[in-house]
Amino acid sequence: MVEQSNSGRMETPIVDVIDERLSRQSRLRRMLSRPDLGAFAGAVLVFVFFAFAAGDTGMFAADGVMNWLTVTAQLMIIGTGAALLMIGGEFDLSVGSMIGFAGMVIAIPTIYFHVPVGVSVILAFVMAMAIGALNGYIIVRTRLPSFIVTLASLYMLRGLTIALSIVFTNRTIVSGLKQYSDNSFVAALFSAKLFPGFFRWLAENGIINKLPNGAPAVSGLPMLLVWAVVIAVIGHVVLTKTRVGNWIFASGGDANAARNVGVPVSAIKISLFMVTAFCATVFAACQVFEFGSAASDRGLLKEFEAIIAAVIGGCLLTGGYGSVVGACLGALIFGVVQMGILFTGAPSDWFQVFLGAMLLIAVLFNSSIRRRVTGER
Amino acid sequence: MSKASQTAVAEKDRPEGWGRPLIEVHDLVKHFGPVVALAGVSLTVKAGEVHCLLGDNGAGKSTLIKTLSGVYKPTGGDFVVDGKPVAFSSPRDALDAGIATVFQDLAMIPLLSITRNFFMGREPVKRLGPLSFMDMDFANKVAREEMRRIGIDVRDPEQAVGTLSGGERQCVAIARAVYFGAKVLILDEPTSALGVAQTSMVLKFIRQVRAKGLGVIFITHNVRHAYAVGDKFTVLNRGRTLGTYTKTDISLDELQTKMAGDKELQDLSEELGGTV
Repeated sequence: MVEQSNSGRMETPIVDVIDERLSRQSRLRRMLSRPDLGAFAGAVLVFVFFAFAAGDTGMFAADGVMNWLTVTAQLMIIGTGAALLMIGGEFDLSVGSMIGFAGMVIAIPTIYFHVPVGVSVILAFVMAMAIGALNGYIIVRTRLPSFIVTLASLYMLRGLTIALSIVFTNRTIVSGLKQYSDNSFVAALFSAKLFPGFFRWLAENGIINKLPNGAPAVSGLPMLLVWAVVIAVIGHVVLTKTRVGNWIFASGGDANAARNVGVPVSAIKISLFMVTAFCATVFAACQVFEFGSAASDRGLLKEFEAIIAAVIGGCLLTGGYGSVVGACLGALIFGVVQMGILFTGAPSDWFQVFLGAMLLIAVLFNSSIRRRVTGER
Repeated sequence: MSKASQTAVAEKDRPEGWGRPLIEVHDLVKHFGPVVALAGVSLTVKAGEVHCLLGDNGAGKSTLIKTLSGVYKPTGGDFVVDGKPVAFSSPRDALDAGIATVFQDLAMIPLLSITRNFFMGREPVKRLGPLSFMDMDFANKVAREEMRRIGIDVRDPEQAVGTLSGGERQCVAIARAVYFGAKVLILDEPTSALGVAQTSMVLKFIRQVRAKGLGVIFITHNVRHAYAVGDKFTVLNRGRTLGTYTKTDISLDELQTKMAGDKELQDLSEELGGTV
């Protein structure tokens, strides 16, 4: 450090002090500390691998692409919520149960009590987000780890979903929603296939393949994909470009420091739990209207998949660091590998081996990035 | 006067309002149930003054600053800011009244960028129709300029605060408080975890802040650090003020002895052969 002789007035002329021990930080180095770098590299690797291993199996034909994009989109929806929450310093293990619960709240009132389907959907969003807010409120008030609190809600919600569906319908799979939801705007909002004309045109011109009956292999752009992209884009913009995003980072980075400068940490955390619940409900609605049925075991283990996507995407388990883009790339890796293994014909058990290994590598990689970012040794 | 003139700001350089009392507390009392943490503390902090608060562990320093910064409500006594009696109910109220506190460990979030830390809780926004976004370009520019003013050349204000040294982090926290218009700065042990060079960097910055006409309350264990920048010294012991001294009244050794509660340290000093 160079001495500045004119101490005194605060408005000292700005003098650049060059510390010879620091080399200029290059653009490359800055890129290397991005949270989503690992996921990006992973996604490229996975694509290259399957281009060789499954290039001739139809995995990259239109219907094959739609296959793994569907898995990716589902995971993007809940992965975005999980990533935001994790950056905010908390977990939500109740996402999977929430999917089952929300699906039942849409199906049972519509089918058994003839409630208009739009009302059921709104009811599902309201109830899920209220439960999310309750999770958040308990965690903020008691300062218990979110791991335990949401583990409790995982079991309670799943049990409640099964118990209540038996009470109301005497079964755990409720089907027959199609006749109530056909031609309804709400059902279309979650399960329509957009631009069918365009896809027919593509098929007729041989750009995408046709089914034996002449229909295009992919009949349209599913709303699921639209939801996934919209949620991810909003999540990304809010996180990186707004004041609320700064508060999310601050709440997860150090809640006390954030409170000291006036960040509404409790409100942020509770809202993030409501966001994960919202994402779970969107997931559930897309699934319910796609299949025309709800099952009380839907969404099983999805909470872990969402967390895995976020972690592969570079979110730190301790909070304060991560990106939505990373979580989406994590979801992409997940979808491509899960479906790719099926296309190669290898036993699908290998997927779990791969997933575990991927998670371990991602965590190791993240902790090294964290050291680079914070300069710890 | 020779000692005092080292740090004094020449008359002509003094900003307006110099010497005006910013914080006055009289007989401040704070009880935690049966425990009396503050048993009547009086203190006046003026603009353009570094007021050092000295005292051993348990003397009530922390309770006092937490009361001044709005974390605790006093049980009794007068608390006047800028001539008006106040009753803060949260740290936010204190911030709004111009009292900013920089805590030693809780100043900065290491994983976040300098810019995001600097503007945390007070993000500049630009509106785009009904939406409002954080004005990152402006924030980066300000963060970089304010850092250069202190003499820290951050090439990239988006680099994480974790890459800065401990002294630099304290300086960023202080610069942030000054930038957002603090009138009184409470620094809680800003130098206790720092090396020599880093300490001098922080002390130098404290002097710059004072020259700008702010009042500074500097809490420390280290009498030498206090004596290097302080104008006034208040010694606390067992929840009471032992006295307030100006730099011309008291020498470094006397201050050291006062702080340790006079007698015991003298005995200990003899025991250890005068090395304390």
